[in-house]
Amino acid sequence: MDNIVSQNAVFEVKNIACIRDDRVLFEGLNFKLINHQILLLEGKNGSGKTSLLRIICGFREQDTGELYWCGNIIKESSYYSDMAYVGHLDGIKKELTVLENLKMSLSLSQAGKYSIGAALDKVHLSGYDDTLVQSLSAGQKRRLSLARLLITKNTLWILDEPFTSIDKEGITLVESLMHEHIVAGGMIILTSHHDLNLHELDVQKINLS
Amino acid sequence: MSLMSAFFAVIRRDLILAFRRRAEIANPLFFFVLVVSLFPLGVGANPKLLQIMAPGVIWVSALLAVMLSLDSLFRSDFDDGSLEQLLLSPHPLTILVMAKIIAHWLVTGVPLLVVAPLLAIFLGLPEQALGTLFLTLVLATPVLSLIGSIGVSLTVGLRRGGMIISLLVLPLYVPVLIFASNAVEMAGNGLSVDPQINILIAIFFMSAVLAPLPAAAALKMSVN
Repeated sequence: MDNIVSQNAVFEVKNIACIRDDRVLFEGLNFKLINHQILLLEGKNGSGKTSLLRIICGFREQDTGELYWCGNIIKESSYYSDMAYVGHLDGIKKELTVLENLKMSLSLSQAGKYSIGAALDKVHLSGYDDTLVQSLSAGQKRRLSLARLLITKNTLWILDEPFTSIDKEGITLVESLMHEHIVAGGMIILTSHHDLNLHELDVQKINLS
Repeated sequence: MSLMSAFFAVIRRDLILAFRRRAEIANPLFFFVLVVSLFPLGVGANPKLLQIMAPGVIWVSALLAVMLSLDSLFRSDFDDGSLEQLLLSPHPLTILVMAKIIAHWLVTGVPLLVVAPLLAIFLGLPEQALGTLFLTLVLATPVLSLIGSIGVSLTVGLRRGGMIISLLVLPLYVPVLIFASNAVEMAGNGLSVDPQINILIAIFFMSAVLAPLPAAAALKMSVN
């Protein structure tokens, strides 16, 4: 398990700002995340939570400042083989089966802690291997996209509203997956409107409003 | 090794997807057959006239058919977030984009290779030109997919990019059209076509090397 999560990893954000249509969403934002830590982004709708996550993923260019992974600028580091993102869009093909989707994610990345079968078991989707994704429910699709986090090698999870369309049982499940990841030395950055039940873990909070 | 497996995985996935959305593949091919077979009705069934027009008609229709299919190259990936995941892969995006272009060619270009010579016979293209027609299609349909990928990746973020794609891409398609249809015409008259074929080979290699780079860069911008 230790070879899957990079120990002594540091994710650092220095003085970043995001400006959208003349509105300053945030500026002078600094934080630092190390192994075993969670960062929870809070804020009103439109306060820039998703924009910040998209900057962290590298989809969006920040207006000032820089992001560092283990001391190097993210584009010049091993960042992209150490992170995984689950956003508003599932990134799942509805014409492919559950298994085909996960195999695709696996071949775009490196193998992680769990095999595909074990990961499906974890997210309560075992037996759905050969089901086309279009016949899954919204919550099941969500759990499938979270299964991607388990089968690929990663240290940093970036989750944008991971609890959307998941039932109570699913929420407990996701929380336990997050708990396990953090205990193993992982890091998580997430936004959520749901009250997290993650006591005894090292949770930083940033409010963007 | 893992880059190779990612490359082939992308091609395989796109082929499976194309197979499961058969209508999407059939549409451009159907369009191609339809346009070519409407010409004799429009211009009259004068065999001499059709024979003269055949290279141009086939090439213009093939070009429009490929253009019709371009949007499917990145549209669904953009809409369902697969493109974001592709961007986050540690593998170079240029290579993955190349894989998608190859899959697109296998799905749209290859059926044209099969159907176009049949339609050429139907229009009365001289027998000695069929080989050249096939050769120009083999060389130039990949170019259409390659150059098209730049146009699509620039416009995939726009809701209605259809019209803009044609404006961006058509001028770049013109050299291919000129040399390819000219080669077929010359071959029909029994003349040498080496210069045209050489230029098409040059265009093919140039776009194979140069097109995936701007396409990958434009995709990064579109996802922003």
